[in-house]
Amino acid sequence: MSEIKQTFNSSLGKKLIMALTGLFLCTFLIVHLGGNLLLFKDDGGYGFNLYANFLTHFPPIEVIAYLLYLAILVHAVYALVITLNNRKARPVGYEFTNKAPATWSSKNMGLLGSILFLFIVIHMSDFWYNYKYTNSVAYKEYRTDLATGKTTVSDYTPPAADFENSASTENNVEIVRVKDLHARVASSFTQPWYVVFYVIAMGAVAFHLLHGFQSAFRTLGWVHRKYTPVVYFIGTWFFGVIIPLGFAAMPVVYFIQSLK
Amino acid sequence: MSTGNMNLTLKIWRQKNPDAKGAFVTYKAEGISPDMSFLEMLDVVNEGLIHKGEEPVFFDHDCREGICGMCSLYINGHPHGPKDAITTCQLHMRTFHDGEIIVIEPWRAAAFPVIKDLAVDRSAFDRIQQAGGFVSVNTGGVPDANIIPIPKVIADEAMNSATCIGCGACVAACKNASAMLFVSAKVSQLGMLPQGQPERYSRVQAMVAQMDAEGFGSCTNTGACEAECPKEIKMTNISRMNNDFFSAKLFREEGVSEHAAGE
Repeated sequence: MSEIKQTFNSSLGKKLIMALTGLFLCTFLIVHLGGNLLLFKDDGGYGFNLYANFLTHFPPIEVIAYLLYLAILVHAVYALVITLNNRKARPVGYEFTNKAPATWSSKNMGLLGSILFLFIVIHMSDFWYNYKYTNSVAYKEYRTDLATGKTTVSDYTPPAADFENSASTENNVEIVRVKDLHARVASSFTQPWYVVFYVIAMGAVAFHLLHGFQSAFRTLGWVHRKYTPVVYFIGTWFFGVIIPLGFAAMPVVYFIQSLK
Repeated sequence: MSTGNMNLTLKIWRQKNPDAKGAFVTYKAEGISPDMSFLEMLDVVNEGLIHKGEEPVFFDHDCREGICGMCSLYINGHPHGPKDAITTCQLHMRTFHDGEIIVIEPWRAAAFPVIKDLAVDRSAFDRIQQAGGFVSVNTGGVPDANIIPIPKVIADEAMNSATCIGCGACVAACKNASAMLFVSAKVSQLGMLPQGQPERYSRVQAMVAQMDAEGFGSCTNTGACEAECPKEIKMTNISRMNNDFFSAKLFREEGVSEHAAGE
């Protein structure tokens, strides 16, 4: 036991935990963005609502979800512990600000991470918590005529408070009743402050991962003349640009649509 | 660049002893030749102080040719001053302009307590070295040269890491006061070569343990150390050390624990 403790309580061990949880969270972003692109599908939220229903009712996904929440907490708590320790390593600061040419994001990971943590709390309490634990999200009924493939949408009032979802086929018509998270998302994204906060948070994601992704590989001890440039490329363009832009586009597009 | 003699204003950290509260004191440095080194400029200032019967400014120095690692000084936000790849003794006054205000501070780290004024106690580095920064060699006849083949790329890399002079600029520059660049250079220089193999995994564990015990911060890969290192030691060393450390701690069945080699 003491050997395990020695490994994970060492400065390198703590950074190992930061790197592994951080990379796990990076992989989650890919899945999250992929699924959320359904928001851009012009189907009255059918695909998105089915997807949200699937995520919350498929047991293996639920297990991974709780691992994910754990990873977020561990990443944040370790960041705090490491930061406090690093502060202690320099009790008296410099008069003249450090001029070393280090990137802005590498020096402000704590600030960026704090913005992200605040964002995650607001984001989850608004969507995840309300969706899963309250009845504040209304239901929709989707009727698809299997002969023509046409889908019609209507509001649905569940018969009992513990109703979760249903899917059935009657007279060659597929009837799907699920919670309408799409409407909730659309209404949240009509509020300007909410949209601004989301865009700022995605900016924080960009700068956090611009440094964090490649730094994680360095911490893990993986540097290579061929692959390190690939890691930098992915960290910069995929995690630093494409992913945050994709997420930020959602509130912006919905807000612009709500103005029409 | 100025050609005539320069007049400068120095803001220097003065601190009587490790426990005293220090403060900045402003001094005039007048008639300074641009061809002087930074340390020679401080010698001139100290001469003036001695003539006035005041206590001269304490600062570390020894070889004054950039190889001993003794000189330090955090000058205007840079360890060893604003130029790249040199130590303070190699910094010339022509780098500054006439009338400039120069702020001179000691290295700031809990593990490097101030002894007096600008001199700090860097014996933490010695203790890290003593924990594992060596190879154990039996005495006896001198072995034949080139008897152990070493690929040139490995020899070059080990040599690059070995150029570390242990000055502590990496710690001074790091926002976390981390000693990772120093420790990783020492781990690499020995661990890459055949002679360093027997103690490779015990060394890295012992040196990291000592580094943590000394109270240095941890590495966040900002790269400030690499940018400020007078010997241009690369951050690659840090990843190489992490690789060896995790390898020793997590991926080796055989007992390569900290004390294995010493016993």
